[in-house]
Amino acid sequence: MLILECPYCGIHADETELENGGEAHLTRATVGASDEEFESYLFARANPKGVHFERWRHAYGCGKWFLAARDTVTLEVFATYCAQTSEPPAEVLKAIRAKHPDWEGSA
Amino acid sequence: MSHRIDDAGRLIDRTRRLRFSFDGRPMTGYAGDTLASALLAGGQMMVGRSFKYHRPRGVVASGVEEPNALVNLGSGSRLEPNQRATTTALFDRLEARSQNVWPSLAFDIGAVNQLIARFLPAGFYYKTFMFPRVAWEKLFEPFIRQSAGLGRAPDPEDRDADRYEYTYHHTDVLVIGGGVAGLAAARAAAAGGAKVMVLEQERHWGGRAPVDGGEIDGLDPDAWVKAAVDELEANDNVTLRSATMGAGVYDHGYVLGYERVADETPGDGRPRHRLWRIRARQVVTATGALERPLSFPGNDVPGVMLAAAVRDYAVNYGVAVGRRALIVTNNDDAYRTALTLSKLGLEVAGIIDARPAATGALAEAARAAGLRVMTGKAITGVKGRRAVTGATIANLDGEGGEEALTCDIIAMSGGWSPVVHLWSHCGGKLSWDAAAAMFRPDPARPPRGADGAAFVHTAGAATGHMSLSEGLADAHAAGKAAAKAAGAKATRKAAPKAPEEAQQPLQPVWIMPTNAGPAKRAKMWLDYQNDVKVSDVQLAAQEGYQSVEHTKRYTTLGMATDQGKLSNINGLAVLSDALGQPIPQTGTTTFRPPYTPISMGAIAGEARGPLFQPLRRTPMHDMHEARGVQWEPVGHWRRGYAYPKSGESVDEAVNREILATRARVGMLDASTLGKILVKGPDAGRFMDMLYTNMMSSLPIGKCRYGLMCSENGFLSDDGVVVRLSEDSWLCHTTTGGADRIHGHMEDWLQCEWWDWKVYTANLTEQYAQIAVAGPKAREVLEALGGMDVSKEAMPFMTYADGVLADIPARVFRISFTGELSFEIAVPAHRGSEMWAAVAKAGAPHDITPYGTEAMHIMRAEKGFIMIGDETDGTVIPQDLGLHWAISKKKDDYLGKRAQERSHMVDPDRWRLVGLRTLDGSVIPDGAYAVGEGLNANGQRNTIGRVTSTYYSPTLAKGIAMGLVRHGPERMGEVIDFATLDGTGTVIKAEICGTCFYDHEGAKADV
Amino acid sequence: MKRYSAFAIAREGLRYHKGWERAWGSPEPKKRYDAIIVGAGGHGLATAFYLGKNFGITNVAVLEKGWLGGGNTGRNTTIIRSNYLQDPSAAIYEKSRSLYETMSQDVNMNVMFSPRGVIMLAQTHHEVRGYQRTAHANALQGVETTFIGPQKVKELVPIINLEGPRYPVLGGLWQARGGTARHDAVAWGYARACSDMGMDIIQNCAVTGIETEGGAVKAVNTSKGRIETGKLALVVAGHSSDLAEMAGFRLPIESVALQALVSEPIKPCMDVVVMANTVHGYLSQSDKGEMVIGGGTDHYNNYTQRGSFHHIEETVRALVETFPMMSRLKMLRQWGGIVDMTGDRSPLISKTPVGGIFVNCGWGTGGFKAIPGSGWAMAELVAKGEPGPLAADFGIERFREGRFIDESVAAGVAH
Repeated sequence: MLILECPYCGIHADETELENGGEAHLTRATVGASDEEFESYLFARANPKGVHFERWRHAYGCGKWFLAARDTVTLEVFATYCAQTSEPPAEVLKAIRAKHPDWEGSA
Repeated sequence: MSHRIDDAGRLIDRTRRLRFSFDGRPMTGYAGDTLASALLAGGQMMVGRSFKYHRPRGVVASGVEEPNALVNLGSGSRLEPNQRATTTALFDRLEARSQNVWPSLAFDIGAVNQLIARFLPAGFYYKTFMFPRVAWEKLFEPFIRQSAGLGRAPDPEDRDADRYEYTYHHTDVLVIGGGVAGLAAARAAAAGGAKVMVLEQERHWGGRAPVDGGEIDGLDPDAWVKAAVDELEANDNVTLRSATMGAGVYDHGYVLGYERVADETPGDGRPRHRLWRIRARQVVTATGALERPLSFPGNDVPGVMLAAAVRDYAVNYGVAVGRRALIVTNNDDAYRTALTLSKLGLEVAGIIDARPAATGALAEAARAAGLRVMTGKAITGVKGRRAVTGATIANLDGEGGEEALTCDIIAMSGGWSPVVHLWSHCGGKLSWDAAAAMFRPDPARPPRGADGAAFVHTAGAATGHMSLSEGLADAHAAGKAAAKAAGAKATRKAAPKAPEEAQQPLQPVWIMPTNAGPAKRAKMWLDYQNDVKVSDVQLAAQEGYQSVEHTKRYTTLGMATDQGKLSNINGLAVLSDALGQPIPQTGTTTFRPPYTPISMGAIAGEARGPLFQPLRRTPMHDMHEARGVQWEPVGHWRRGYAYPKSGESVDEAVNREILATRARVGMLDASTLGKILVKGPDAGRFMDMLYTNMMSSLPIGKCRYGLMCSENGFLSDDGVVVRLSEDSWLCHTTTGGADRIHGHMEDWLQCEWWDWKVYTANLTEQYAQIAVAGPKAREVLEALGGMDVSKEAMPFMTYADGVLADIPARVFRISFTGELSFEIAVPAHRGSEMWAAVAKAGAPHDITPYGTEAMHIMRAEKGFIMIGDETDGTVIPQDLGLHWAISKKKDDYLGKRAQERSHMVDPDRWRLVGLRTLDGSVIPDGAYAVGEGLNANGQRNTIGRVTSTYYSPTLAKGIAMGLVRHGPERMGEVIDFATLDGTGTVIKAEICGTCFYDHEGAKADV
Repeated sequence: MKRYSAFAIAREGLRYHKGWERAWGSPEPKKRYDAIIVGAGGHGLATAFYLGKNFGITNVAVLEKGWLGGGNTGRNTTIIRSNYLQDPSAAIYEKSRSLYETMSQDVNMNVMFSPRGVIMLAQTHHEVRGYQRTAHANALQGVETTFIGPQKVKELVPIINLEGPRYPVLGGLWQARGGTARHDAVAWGYARACSDMGMDIIQNCAVTGIETEGGAVKAVNTSKGRIETGKLALVVAGHSSDLAEMAGFRLPIESVALQALVSEPIKPCMDVVVMANTVHGYLSQSDKGEMVIGGGTDHYNNYTQRGSFHHIEETVRALVETFPMMSRLKMLRQWGGIVDMTGDRSPLISKTPVGGIFVNCGWGTGGFKAIPGSGWAMAELVAKGEPGPLAADFGIERFREGRFIDESVAAGVAH
């Protein structure tokens, strides 16, 4: 029963208020992309044991999508942050590295 | 024989006598009794039978760990199977029945299994019943299943007479366990200013300490507990709940509490159970410890009990479980039982101590009281079948000649195990303490919360501190640490103090006598309920089931309703010994919630019957109800399926509604359709990405049918889009699609195109919408008055805002039936008013309300697709011949790239056509069109399937649409649809266009 | 290997069972195997079994990081059925179901396959149409199912409440030869039979790396040393992404927690398996008397084998609504497993970008029923290097081509 802080409304939201939207920071492939690129965009997933960047929507709250860096093994939440970014902000990476100094980043 | 004694019984009220029955026999007890104590007070030693061998079973324990004393409690709509007598508070007129017995507890047919027990070792069923093959299915399995189970199944036609509820609580510190450790921890946490909650599973506070004795801060434990509870109760920051068990600890500080509110007052109107959904910043588990049995031959005979339980029954309930007790132990604690019994004037046959010498203070006290202490000894056998009559003893290694002793109770103690369940539920790890022979919580590997920090602490015996003085100090420290971690202050108050006690360490003894041969080991029970013996665990090890999980599953050790509370550690030790490896290498099985079983009723809470799920009603719901509508669930909505008149079948009603609409005029409650407003400077651009069509070019005031696809290319929703103004569009979606599509829009706007200036609002529930369809539709709207609805003023596929029947309305000229049709949207709160107005205005034309089924058939007659019928998540718009709705001019839309993949452009994809049966019959729902031959897996090749199939009252014959391989190129060809009549009959259908009615569309455009 | 039989039990009973042998060996790994299977769950062990039985390949190691059968094989609700909609699914699940019929004899251990019948309840008109479609498809696929009406449902499931105020039971899809089996015994039976064929089942042996050379597999590094092989089968369900990463490719897989629970045992009251997809609940009664109940999946990536309690609540609510007597029973135990979900929720039995490496994963919430069929198809793929007809449609390339096997189109979604 996770709790994530919605970065928009500041609520420490119970999992039941939230919807998960899968891996974050995917780059949309569209017309003009190769089959491989398009397949990768839609289906290939990091699915790591460890730090995972993911999308959440505060569906039964403010309705906003936000992103989280969360450990899939310990369920520790390193940070939640606004969705309007194509890569994890520096402070999020710092928060992760503070706990996992040897973390190499997502592949 | 067990009986009530005077001068004891701190929990019972001898002035309040309660009547109850066991197996129909009237009995009495006192207020404050448990069912178990009352049964024992009435001399009822044998209370049930074991699962596999149907051995006689008596009460073993006094609390939640009890594996034997399970009863069917109550009857009828208040029957509860497998209720633990030891945790059931006695109440007046309680009815209990023994379980797993037939025909009776005393004379049980299943008991013959005992005679062949040697042929029924662990896992015997995996090795037999295989030949002949059919015998397993027809003979053995039915027999095994018939003998399965313990408690009675409630009558399926009864409805639970009780109710249940959820409640919520947020706290800084949650203390689980209201014994002296829990109270000490709570006091320490509260002193630091933390908001504290304490849960205690029993109805009384204080746990074991009042029974075990000692002194806390100069008070006797009862007095100290009372003072501590008074102090906590007076603190506004503290919530105390007794009769509430901490059932499970979950991620991020979620804890489940299970409160038994009205178990002993059935029918008093209160909820029977209450499920507490608690969020705690920090949790302290002060859950105590459980005593372990000893494994000696015959340790399952009724009358063999845990030593502390014997003491509990005497002190708490004034019940002597026997007249002459034999104590057997490997530790100091059981001496307390001997001393307690002796003090109450009961006979103690002797104390068998497995240790070579007994030197502790308690042993000295026992000797001083004149009790016979025999050290270095073991029980080698138990006399009696349904009740203990005596025991034989010898040296611990079994040598040295046997001595027979007479006794009617054997009080055993194999040491204590901390209750680590709640610590472990959420990932807390354990370490083995060899000296104390116990698994302790490992503070270096705690359960961690959202911030990665520990959130569970242990206190007192749950940490592994078995003395009062150490336990209190530990509990105080735990409470203090929890408060600090939760953001409160660390108290400077001192911990409660108890005098130090000189204790002699226990000596691990996992089987006694230690030289027991196979015959004796086959009589040493580990798991009383499931009949797992030392020999079974040893056999598992011998056969290579060496993981503790394998052994558990192979032997069923620890899988009974007590979940191994008594058997786990003993079983592990026997397994480790058989494998010749230390216990920590064997490890434990996983502790899973709940701590003890909790009622399904409590888990379901109030969400049953009408409250099972939220119900969405349109503003006209009650008006439909009043007309005797046949409802259809669509998501959480209720939609009218049809409006049968009295004496009319649902099918007849549907046909009547269609014919009336086609001939005159019908009305439909379309309020559930999704209505999403998309507005902003970039709204047009966004609409073009969302829909396959070009929506940015839709003129203001016009309507256009549009398709939406997922990024994976599949058609996901459709509906009419309306251009309201320069920068705003109204998107109609399917009923089921409204919330999903709104979420989909927001996803793209917030996460991909966040720089686009677009605003969306889901207005679905803001409007009531009524479709008025049929040749007389315009006359109805004209009768309503207020708007010019002429063809000239409001052509097909346009809309207008205005006032209709004095109600502000937006009227769309769109048609899903193929008839002249208007959809009238009004503010939701005026929906029923408008419905009534339409009905009145249409009365001269005999306006007919129609339901969803009539709507479905009319749209199928027109060849309009239906999301969920023509589509199923694997269909792309191109399959449906909707190329006209896919813009060729756009560079991109959601799903466009996906639709370019090789399988999506495969000319062999099944595509939509109409189907006309040669004999006019209706193709069955879901039928497939068959091709020639079989595929590589031996399956019949198929070339298509029906997607919508109906009897059309308009055409008086069957009509259908379907997806067919190369379908549109095969117009006029006849294909075969397989039926399920088992004779290979096929229905022949001719491929045709999808529109069966008014091909020119003249009727709608008038 | 000494055969199991009633006679053997009688013989051993007379001598306190001293003569029973180990069910499977506990060898140290050899330097090289013809094939290595990673994962000694049901699917991995079945793959090994059929490699030996169907292809005579017995120089095989099955590596298991924990204890065999300890993943989803030992954590599921043991439902066996083959009433799938799409042809490729129906083919492999029906093959699997038919292999379950004779598994006890095939492996000489009683896996207690119990073809008691499976009903999938239809509780909306849409579901009725969906199951009628499945029944039509099944008839052409050689899968015996029928769509039955509510009265027949009540006969088969006396504890059901047909008239739930929200979702009355309108009928159901009935597969008489579906049922359950004893999950642990499936793993143990295969392990014992593989061990008997001379294969090495190596428990407590974690794979830590995969060596490739020239685009093909060369060896695996494990906690028990380096082992060479030319054929490597990854059959590790929720942990597939991790191993794929070691071999340098990604999979269309996400790992989530699926939960289940059991009630305390009660006397027999329900003879069949019931699945109610509209309200998300399914259950059967075990031979011990427990009601075995399947719950939902969390929707976020999770490797903890724990789920969120609200899914348990949803499931129990659904069951109390559909089977009102459940209200008076108690939940004895809840647990979770890590399931691997693919992009179309159908499995992968596939070659990979690395030569000699094959994957079998993505069974999601319903892998137990597929164990023998999956092993059969996977063994063929590993032995021949190319998929046979059963596996042909389950290749990873389908995600590139847009050729999905989507079972959610029928109302019966998963499990």
